[in-house]
Amino acid sequence: MQFRLEPRGERSIFWVYGSPVLAILLTILTMGAMFAVMGAPPLVALETFLISPLTSVTGLSSLAVRAAPLIMIGVGLAFCYRANVWNIGGDGQFTLGALAGGGLALFCPTEAFWWFYPAVLLAGVLGGMVWAGIVALLKLRFNANEILTSLMLVYIAQLILVWLVTGPWRDPQGFGFPQSAMFGADATTPNFGATSVHLGCLLAPLLALAIWQIIGRSVLGFQLRVVGQAPRAARYAGFSNAKLTWIALLVSGGLSGLAGIIEVTGPIGQLTTGITPGYGFTAVIVAFLGRLHPVGVIFAALLLALSYLGGDAAQINLNLPNAITGIFQGVLLFYLLGADILILYRFRRLRPAIAITQAAE
Amino acid sequence: MNLYYVSSFIISIMAASTPLLLAASGELITEKSGVLNLGVEGMMLIGAIAGFATAHTTGNAYAGVLVAALAGALISMVFAVLTLSLLANQIATGLALTIFGHGFAALLGAGYVGIAAPTLGKLPIPLLSAIPFFGPIFFDQNILIYVSFAAVIAIAWFLRRTHAGLILRAVGDSHDAAHAMGYPVIRIRYAATAFGGAMAGIAGAYLSLYYSPLWSQDLAAGRGWIALALVVFSAWRPFWLLAGAYLFGGITYLSLYLQGLGVPFPSPLISALPYIGTVIVLVLISRDSRRIRLNQPACLGKYFHAVA
Amino acid sequence: MDMQSAPSATPLLALRGIVKQFPGCLANDHVDLTVGANEIHALLGENGAGKSTLVKIIYGVMKPDAGSISWAGAPVTIASPAHARALGIGMVFQHFSLFEALTVAENIALGLNNPADRAGLTERIVEISTRYGLPLDPARAVHDLSVGERQRIEIVRCLLQNPKLLIMDEPTSVLTPQEVQKLFTTLRRLASEGCSILYISHKLEEIRALCERATIMRLGRVVAHCTPAEKTARELAELMISAKLKTQDFAHRIGHGAPPRLVLDRLTIRSNQQFGTDLKDISFSVAPGEILGIAGIAGNGQSELMDALSGEIPAGSPKNIMLDGVPIGHEGPRARRRRGCGFLPEERNGHGAVGPMTLAENGFLSAHVRGALDRLGLINRKRTRDFAAGVIKGFDVRTTGPEAEARSLSGGNLQKFLVGREVLQQPGVLVISQPTWGVDAGAAAAIYEALVALAEAGTAIVLISQDLDEILLLCDKIAVIAAGRVSPPMPVKQASIEQIGLLMGGGEAMEAAHAVPA
Repeated sequence: MQFRLEPRGERSIFWVYGSPVLAILLTILTMGAMFAVMGAPPLVALETFLISPLTSVTGLSSLAVRAAPLIMIGVGLAFCYRANVWNIGGDGQFTLGALAGGGLALFCPTEAFWWFYPAVLLAGVLGGMVWAGIVALLKLRFNANEILTSLMLVYIAQLILVWLVTGPWRDPQGFGFPQSAMFGADATTPNFGATSVHLGCLLAPLLALAIWQIIGRSVLGFQLRVVGQAPRAARYAGFSNAKLTWIALLVSGGLSGLAGIIEVTGPIGQLTTGITPGYGFTAVIVAFLGRLHPVGVIFAALLLALSYLGGDAAQINLNLPNAITGIFQGVLLFYLLGADILILYRFRRLRPAIAITQAAE
Repeated sequence: MNLYYVSSFIISIMAASTPLLLAASGELITEKSGVLNLGVEGMMLIGAIAGFATAHTTGNAYAGVLVAALAGALISMVFAVLTLSLLANQIATGLALTIFGHGFAALLGAGYVGIAAPTLGKLPIPLLSAIPFFGPIFFDQNILIYVSFAAVIAIAWFLRRTHAGLILRAVGDSHDAAHAMGYPVIRIRYAATAFGGAMAGIAGAYLSLYYSPLWSQDLAAGRGWIALALVVFSAWRPFWLLAGAYLFGGITYLSLYLQGLGVPFPSPLISALPYIGTVIVLVLISRDSRRIRLNQPACLGKYFHAVA
Repeated sequence: MDMQSAPSATPLLALRGIVKQFPGCLANDHVDLTVGANEIHALLGENGAGKSTLVKIIYGVMKPDAGSISWAGAPVTIASPAHARALGIGMVFQHFSLFEALTVAENIALGLNNPADRAGLTERIVEISTRYGLPLDPARAVHDLSVGERQRIEIVRCLLQNPKLLIMDEPTSVLTPQEVQKLFTTLRRLASEGCSILYISHKLEEIRALCERATIMRLGRVVAHCTPAEKTARELAELMISAKLKTQDFAHRIGHGAPPRLVLDRLTIRSNQQFGTDLKDISFSVAPGEILGIAGIAGNGQSELMDALSGEIPAGSPKNIMLDGVPIGHEGPRARRRRGCGFLPEERNGHGAVGPMTLAENGFLSAHVRGALDRLGLINRKRTRDFAAGVIKGFDVRTTGPEAEARSLSGGNLQKFLVGREVLQQPGVLVISQPTWGVDAGAAAAIYEALVALAEAGTAIVLISQDLDEILLLCDKIAVIAAGRVSPPMPVKQASIEQIGLLMGGGEAMEAAHAVPA
């Protein structure tokens, strides 16, 4: 029984929304099977993984905290990918943002300037922008592939962080641990009440909405979309590919940097060697799962943040290794990439009579 | 300078270069057929843990290598189905493979952290290994180092001198013309992807069964990505791949050596040398866009959907 | 109508009553064709005459809906190109399918799956290629070869299989005059040694020089069988082109003596495409209210000319292109639009329009420069929609509205929209390429009316087209582009069909007109 892929001729709106849903369902089934193989009762494990973190206020606040950086980085990546610029270095830009802002926070006299905290945030944004700017420069001036360069910069950024935190910036009162001093009170991201929900959790969706408006309503957003979809039409319209590449990378770098500085001045409170559990890479999945649309990114980020919490919960309550978080994310992306074909193609069973007489172009 | 130091220097560089050479050789064939598989890092990790677990269970490191190759080839099939049959974006799918591979390997390896497994021993070639200076370097190594050299030679011969290799190159150059001539483009690409996966798996096994030789989540440390850069650096030519792998192995070893010497320079920054080196090399190579265009398989990363 | 050669000789290939129907187009309408042994036979006609379809049927790529084919006297059904090759039919396509990165020998080896065939291949390539005057070095890579040398690979590949009939599709459109002569020598030799040639072309002088018999097609039908040497080029051209008078009759505008708006002065440009045509020394001018037609066969530099005029490729010097006396050669598309120029390239899909985007957005693509469709960096949705709605209404575009995706429209409707988009902006100068390509007759008529109205309102229009009828219908002046050069424009009323055909075919007139010291 042979199948053939037949182009639909136009996008199927049903499958545009349906394919992420299908992918999520298939992922849940696969995870269930995996839990069974690992010796945990599937339904209990799925409940622990997907539902239990949502059942308490603590859980929900943790969800918001985990989702915030994913939203910020994810939205930046969606912006970038729309222009067909494949920035994979979100983690590196996150780290440089944390370093730039963190450095400012550690080494400026802590007097209660009201603008100190915004300055720290701005430094974080600039740090991320500079790191992404390197990628733009190498791509436009030397034609170097942005996937590989942005990736290498992730490793380099991490090593710079390790150096600073174990060397010059190590906390002298830190008992030799590889970490910096805690940030002062005026360089700390404020929380809401007694929960762990912090300013970033509010800022992230607002930024997502802003980017949504930029992509959808502004001339710049339009130019970006044209460059990503039809580079020749962009030339016809007179849009500058170089300028748009710079903007795409600087915006996504800046957003990742912002996520980084908020994370270290908020939940973490200092610079350590482990400030990101791979947010930059998870954000790539978030961007795809959200269909490169900022609102979709918000939902996708919540789902993937849940997977982090679920992994922790499964580890604590069921003794399962928390690598299942990475598996959930990878499997979800696989299914999504596979299901997406249904948007533009349909499957047709090949009946022998028809197979042969296809006129060549 | 004492010859002994020189030869041990060379041997150390070889050790560092081999995983890069193995993984990059496989990816070179994959890319020659027109497929860009960014998931090398993920496949290496899966090969590493599969090999490690097998060696630990069976007590035989060679069995580990075989299983690692199989595991790498199998996981690459997920990538192949998605990109070749379901026409998914190759970049996104390759990244998914890396992320998944990382997680899956961590899952499988959870029980193996800190555990020892049989490692690959040396296989001296009789007579040749007794040659002074060159003997210990080239003829008294573990099997995977021999495999890495054999792979480069075999790939070069396959591509240049066999009809099958010619067909592979044609498929990567123009899949439409190849299809018009009646060649099964998709099947050839499946095979090339599987080979790439197997080699990446073997590279992983080399790390976990010889170089490291323990298992840890971060075993690959970006070598998969460096291997990808190597393929670009080599302009898809096998002997340049050898040179490039040894250049990078040299830089890696140099960074370890400098740290060991206690050079007054921050150790993490020295560890960054291979990655910085990769960026520099990429820039130098890509500047000459003509050379890239001449050697890069013209259909690299492009969708192929046969119309009848 | 003249009939065939000596009736006693069995023709090598005989087609009788071939019919092939495509949706909306009868490509072959009861076509007869006969090629004898040792014969060089021309198949002559313009683009769209049905030649390629007929030849694809002969080569087994398609099957006829009706009619018969006989080969060496016996009826035959040609099931596939492999079958055609087995019968002894070889084909050299107009667009080569060669592998750039591989050598000559490797390219030829790829077509031969039997290892026995590949034995001694290098020597056989050298032997055959030198024997027929097409020397090839088996070790050279294809990307290093000139187009003429690449064609030799295709020919040698066919010759290695000892064909009895060699079909050549527009072989000289990519050759220099010297290479053409060498090719002719080869073809004559092949014919005398027992390999007939079916020579597809629109180049009249060549056919008269080379071919013994000719079959002339127009709009799917055979209009004549003849002996080319007995006819003049003019007679052949008339048979081939015979411009039909359309029911619309546009009275040509009389020039008012106003100074030209757009002036090209020795424009020379390297093509940015891989197999592109460089532009050489192009000079012409267009006055307000005038429509200048640039006629030519596809692939002679039209898209490079379009890109140069729109600003996508910068000119060598700013003075190469002058608008109202201002040098604009280095300005990009937006700057040129600001000065009141409009452009519409030949490719709708991905160049003139973005398929997945809405009509409103596609309108914005071009109209945003002068249309005040945005404010403070934000797109003014209402005005953009209104603009698109205006185009839809004014040009009778059949669609659900400004929010419809461009790719959901039929070719004709999308083209009407795009032409309307440019026309509604009231440009002072409009450059438009292939305005009615792939468009139904009704939409084409509407587009013609819009263009004429625009000219009457004072716009200077440059119309690049491969459809000679269209140019003769609409244009005041006509120039011909061939091999990247443009002939001096002449008034349409004074232009003769013969002259135009010769210029299109790259006759001596072109070289003489542009004789530049080497």
